Amino acid sequence: MSDSVMLKIDQLSAEAENKGILRGLDLEVRPGEVHAIMGPNGSGKSTLANVLAGRDGYDVTGGTVTYLGEDLLEMAPEERARAGLFLAFQYPVEIPGVNNAYLLKAALNAQRKHRGQQELDAVEFLMLIREKIQLMQISEDFLNRGVNEGFSGGERKRNEILQMAVLEPKLAILDETDSGLDIDALKVVANAVNSMRSADRAIVLVTHYQRLLNYIEPDVVHVLSQGRIVRSGDKNLALELEERGYEWVEQEAAQA
Amino acid sequence: MATKGQDLDTIVGREYEHGFYTDIEADTIPPGLDESVIRHISGKKKEPEFMLNWRLKAYEHWLTMSEPHWSHNRYEPVDYQTISYYSAPKSNKDGPKSLDEVDPKLLETYDKLGIPLHERARLAGVAVDAVFDSVSVATTFQEQLAKAGVIFCPFSEAVQKHPELIEQYLGTVVPYTDNFFATLNSAVFTDGSFVYVPKGVRCPMELSTYFRINAANTGQFERTLIIADEGSYVSYLEGCTAPQRDENQLHAAVVELIALGDAQIKYSTVQNWYPGDENGIGGIYNFVTKRGECRGPNSKISWTQVETGSAITWKYPSCILTGDNSIGEFYSVAVTNNYQQADTGTKMIHIGKNTRSTIISKGISAGHGQNAYRGLVKVLPGAQNARNYTQCDSLLLSDECGAHTFPYIESKNPSARIEHEATTSKISEDQLFYCLQRGISEEDSVNMIVNGFVKEVFKELPMEFAVEAQNLLGVSLEGAVG
Repeated sequence: MSDSVMLKIDQLSAEAENKGILRGLDLEVRPGEVHAIMGPNGSGKSTLANVLAGRDGYDVTGGTVTYLGEDLLEMAPEERARAGLFLAFQYPVEIPGVNNAYLLKAALNAQRKHRGQQELDAVEFLMLIREKIQLMQISEDFLNRGVNEGFSGGERKRNEILQMAVLEPKLAILDETDSGLDIDALKVVANAVNSMRSADRAIVLVTHYQRLLNYIEPDVVHVLSQGRIVRSGDKNLALELEERGYEWVEQEAAQA
Repeated sequence: MATKGQDLDTIVGREYEHGFYTDIEADTIPPGLDESVIRHISGKKKEPEFMLNWRLKAYEHWLTMSEPHWSHNRYEPVDYQTISYYSAPKSNKDGPKSLDEVDPKLLETYDKLGIPLHERARLAGVAVDAVFDSVSVATTFQEQLAKAGVIFCPFSEAVQKHPELIEQYLGTVVPYTDNFFATLNSAVFTDGSFVYVPKGVRCPMELSTYFRINAANTGQFERTLIIADEGSYVSYLEGCTAPQRDENQLHAAVVELIALGDAQIKYSTVQNWYPGDENGIGGIYNFVTKRGECRGPNSKISWTQVETGSAITWKYPSCILTGDNSIGEFYSVAVTNNYQQADTGTKMIHIGKNTRSTIISKGISAGHGQNAYRGLVKVLPGAQNARNYTQCDSLLLSDECGAHTFPYIESKNPSARIEHEATTSKISEDQLFYCLQRGISEEDSVNMIVNGFVKEVFKELPMEFAVEAQNLLGVSLEGAVG
């Protein structure tokens, strides 16, 4: 493959609590691309997202993952983040008492420092964040609350995308970001994600439903089943899945 | 997971930064305790007779008592005959009258602690009564305070200049018979601070004292008395650090607060005495009696403490709510690491009608640290409509540490409303991973989460203290935005 592959997953196998969840998964993502990874519950979608981000509790039992030419699996979670890998969490956790803006500023400055850029001071950060919260259509008091503390499900998801907008990752993995969003919030989130599409950024959408893909049009759609990608196609694959369900893909895969 | 735990241990296991020893010649009497030692101390202080008699009564009573061991702390009994009960820095015969006259070495010590006394005092507008060992060596801002009529001076000076106030109030909240350590303190205390705020006066600045224990084998027996007369307000800040050494040092202070009608006292402490090394060797025994009485109606006493130091902490800053509508508050953060032990909490005694109390306690345990909250909420029969809210949260950072909660509630009035909430949690892997995934280092992530945990208490601290406290926890300053 060419040098332009940003993320190359080769025969990745992983287990959690001694149960195999990923079984020889292959995937290539290039800058500028938007991939959708779909699949039924338990197919390994969230495991893939978590393994890529480096979460504890998963054992990689085989395969390799190369990110920007580096062995991703050898990197600590914070190193992956500083190298531009961002995970929008399916269930963003509450961190009581920690100011939302403070966390974001600490994160941004940790990443800037890593890149050899000057850290932003309070005023510069405030100007940046004001611009970003307009994009997300959230009010400024949101910034001064504890991280996800007392946030509704929708607010948490918006907060994830706000963080993505501020951190400007190279590879963004959105884990079920559409779940728990009403239609208006979904549109806001989708608009924000679309505005971040660019030639040097890749986005991986992990989702159960096709609904999100009406608003964020993917270049490639993959179907994950029993820990492997069993079918890939363009956006029409998602529509087909919507119509026919996952069973037919799984059956075809089983026969192959 | 094991490696993660070790990482956390290294983060919270930083070495004590304030461990150094200042070489100043000390006027120290030989170890041991008998009546002649008490007479010697009283004589050194040129005390009036009532003071000596009070000490002697306390000593006589102390001889009938035995060291209590009911707390959750575990330690060998203290040998009181091996302690020297008086030690004074010997630099200027007549004592310094201004900072210029203070032994430069002493000032250097404060510098090392990050407390440039003169700078800090001037910039922050804080009057500092610096206690080095047992004698106060520097006092500032006396003029401004005098203009407001506020008396803020070393305790021994107050005994000389304001004996009538001492005689009227000393021992009225913590009587000399109170408990083993308070009784010992009453017999042998050497110095401390005295504050009197006259009727209707709002003290124009935060009052602050820095305590240090320096000379080897010198038990430190501070005595502090604060009186807020009717309608007055005062905020008092106490902070402590100590040099590193290998012998356990006993500290048995007594603090008495008296708030008369409509008066308010806010008492804040940052305690960072030497906690012993990572094997539990050395460190200060901090056995303190702190109690305040809301004596008049509508008065208020608020204790805020950040306890990060000492090998053993044993203290219960308490409020006796005598006046109707009076308010007692207790905000506490206690950190135990390595082999530190803390048994701390408060007593809220509701006597007057419509009295209210709030208790917020945050315990953080790491290493092999043991952290106990012990609290009593007592409502007497006459305390109609008393209210209490108690919240005790414990955060565990390792697998070997412990958190314990002993809440006692005694209500003798059916109209009382008492709420108690308690949580214990390990630092959450989910929270940690969330911060790491945003690119924040593990050390900063832990600091951030811990800082969030204690926020409710830290926001009660005066600003300059909050900063110091956050530094103590190794936490970078929050709130730069918004």
